[in-house]
Amino acid sequence: MNRLSALVFSALLTAGLLITVAEAAGDAKHPEAIDWSFKGLFGMYDRDSLRRGYKVYTEVCASCHSMNQLRFRNLSQSGGPEFTATEVKAIAADFTVEDGPDDYGDMFDRPGLPKDGFVNPFPNVQAARAANGGAYPPDLSLITKARSGGPDYIYALLTGYEDPPLGMKMRDGLYYNPYMAGGKIAMAAPLLEDLVEYTDGSAASVEQMSYDVVTFLNWAAEPELEERKQTGFMVLIYLTVFAGLLFFSMRRIWADKH
Amino acid sequence: MCRIGLQYRLEASVSDTNTTGNGMTETKIASHQGEPNRRAFLHLTTGAFAAIGAANIAWPLIDQMNPDASMRALASIEVDLDAVEVGQSLTITWRGKPVFIRRRTQDEIRDAKNVSLDALPDPEADKSRAENPEWLVMVGVCTHLGCVPLGQAGEFNGWFCPCHGSHYDTSGRIRKGPAPKNLEIPPYQFVSDSRIKIG
Amino acid sequence: MSGESTYQPNNGFTKWMDTRLPLLRLAHDSFVDYPTPKNLNYWWTFGGILTFCLVTQIITGIILAMHYTPHVDHAFNSVEHIMRNVNHGWLIRYIHANGASMFFLAVYIHIFRGMYYGSYKAPREVLWILGVIIYLLMMAAAFMGYVLPWGQMSLWGATVITNLFGAIPLVGDSIATWLWGGFSVDNPTLNRFFSLHYLIPFLIFGVVILHIWALHVPGNNNPVGISVKSEQDTVPFHPYYTVKDGFALVVFMILFSYFVFFAPNVLGHADNYIPANPLVTPAHIVPEWYLLPFYAILRAVPDKLGGVIAMVGAIFILFVLPWLDTSKIRSARYRPLFKQFFLIFVMNCLVLGYLGAMPAEGVYITLARICTIYYFAHFLIILPLLGLFEKPREIPESISASILPETAASPAE
Repeated sequence: MNRLSALVFSALLTAGLLITVAEAAGDAKHPEAIDWSFKGLFGMYDRDSLRRGYKVYTEVCASCHSMNQLRFRNLSQSGGPEFTATEVKAIAADFTVEDGPDDYGDMFDRPGLPKDGFVNPFPNVQAARAANGGAYPPDLSLITKARSGGPDYIYALLTGYEDPPLGMKMRDGLYYNPYMAGGKIAMAAPLLEDLVEYTDGSAASVEQMSYDVVTFLNWAAEPELEERKQTGFMVLIYLTVFAGLLFFSMRRIWADKH
Repeated sequence: MCRIGLQYRLEASVSDTNTTGNGMTETKIASHQGEPNRRAFLHLTTGAFAAIGAANIAWPLIDQMNPDASMRALASIEVDLDAVEVGQSLTITWRGKPVFIRRRTQDEIRDAKNVSLDALPDPEADKSRAENPEWLVMVGVCTHLGCVPLGQAGEFNGWFCPCHGSHYDTSGRIRKGPAPKNLEIPPYQFVSDSRIKIG
Repeated sequence: MSGESTYQPNNGFTKWMDTRLPLLRLAHDSFVDYPTPKNLNYWWTFGGILTFCLVTQIITGIILAMHYTPHVDHAFNSVEHIMRNVNHGWLIRYIHANGASMFFLAVYIHIFRGMYYGSYKAPREVLWILGVIIYLLMMAAAFMGYVLPWGQMSLWGATVITNLFGAIPLVGDSIATWLWGGFSVDNPTLNRFFSLHYLIPFLIFGVVILHIWALHVPGNNNPVGISVKSEQDTVPFHPYYTVKDGFALVVFMILFSYFVFFAPNVLGHADNYIPANPLVTPAHIVPEWYLLPFYAILRAVPDKLGGVIAMVGAIFILFVLPWLDTSKIRSARYRPLFKQFFLIFVMNCLVLGYLGAMPAEGVYITLARICTIYYFAHFLIILPLLGLFEKPREIPESISASILPETAASPAE
């Protein structure tokens, strides 16, 4: 029975894994695993990378991609880029937000406040499509969770632009990227060397900018990651000790019955 | 033997509260030496551990009903007072409740100041309710059962709550009726001459 | 097994209560002094674990409903609101989402345990049938719950499953329209699924009470599968099995916590973090892992109605399992051939699950067909024939007698 137990149990557990493996298989090139600061059981966000990543997002991505789930105030919460409250006020005030209606029934513009959402580059989906050759630039709030392969995939996509293979016809406005399913993507390579000027002296290579912006995007999708892992450790330690205590209690109780 | 050693430590920690010195602890062990006590202690520890776990699980389940981050972010607002003339009021929403901002007339200020504190159910000087006497800022919720009082009404020409007949004066203090307290003053400050931050 | 009650009210209040509503007596006789076979192994702890799963889902679910909005325009954002703004919201949602997977993991172990040890055989047929009803309700609850976040998989999973009803001859289309409350999966569908998703767990709770009642009438089966013959064979439920179930539960919670805190989205699907879009279907529509074997069976049959019948049949055949198995011996421990076939059956289910995640093409389809046929053959051919031809091993005198030689051989039991 013991062998059977082990067999069935491990089989049930691996069933889940098999499925993940199965999902990853497709026609696109498989993204390489990147050594993210937030990876693994102990991984946390690299604060500086998050801040640089925010800069890359606002200066590059934000001209086409919205981030509807984020508020400026999120930038100062713990476990994120952790800008100070004053910095966040200044960041928000750089944006213009539509508010209203006022007492006369008109909408009006005002500087952003920390409670406001990230400003959408387009008023609606139709406008976004019209401005981008029919392709809708997806909202980036959850992008690392919403693509299988997660941050590795986004990184691979950002750094993986190549010339199309011989014989592949590219329609105007489509670009070749082997990591995209089907190989054709409507976004031109968004990052070029030194496109963003880092204030902390880091070299703005395409790889560095990609790493930073994907770190930022992963935080945007999982702002609870640090708290989650920290709580998780406490819970696991507690449960392990508790299981040990219960085990010995059980042994004591059963001692006279075996 | 290590089992004995373990027991000693466990014993010591369990009798911590009423132990004055080593001698006491040792007597305890001597008198309770043996299987049943150790068993009871093990079960006690296990039970205590379960209780700690339960308490820790309970907190998130309770705390989730407290105001969430988006609510807390709305806790303070700024209001422009430019358009409010003397003798006019503005009602704005703060934390889901009405806030009355009244630019009082000289008569109203005088009435508010000339009241003897002894005559008030909830004695409070007008000065402490309106630092800048021209501006009275109050949460517009009757302290009786939460209705919204009507402005410039009632026997004292202040506010009158139609639900159960509470009369407030020009300083928003309760004068007559079932309400126990004066209208609440929210935390606020003037960020400029014509701009006020509430919350 | 349900002998004299041993409950002794020991103070004024409990005595007063006992002559009016003997609730404490019921609790005492069911969970304290309830005589339980003393040889139950860890596979028997999953009943308690499942109770824990149900209670966890109900509590976290009630909390999520306080913050969730069942409207197509707000559902997706309200889930993100829970994840980002609500105090500990991420924790509660991840417990609920992974809790569904844990619930199914536990229920599958529980079901396979019942199959291995013949727990469905007389006099426990009703107990088994109630269990299958619980399982069906669980699937309904899980399916509707998966629709609520209103991501791409929510919408398209709901579309695919509700379209299955369209396969019913004559009235199928009307039924599908009725389920939707419209002409596709839309706001009315989301709203009613939310209502039903909230209702079903309480139905499950009710059936669980019946399930436990039906367990306590004949008493527990046990690893040797022979009935309790004397008091020697049993121990009181408390503290012996409360502590054993408790230990197993905490170990189970370690696995559960690992998923919640360190891999919360591994068991889900990335596409469900894309808001539902009625104009674009995801490339691969896959149900959650726990429904994959049935999904494979559905797709293995090349005919729409046939596929639906096969899938529904694969579940409903469990209802008649007690009468398909012709062997009088309960435990596989004394059925050498059945033991082998049981293992093959488990493997077959896992392979079906794997195939359910694969695209329905080429070799996968062929394999799925073979496995589907084997699945039904296990119930309809192998089990009836085994009972007639298998030569069982010698069965011990009593539970106590079975333990003595065995403890030396396998201490883990």
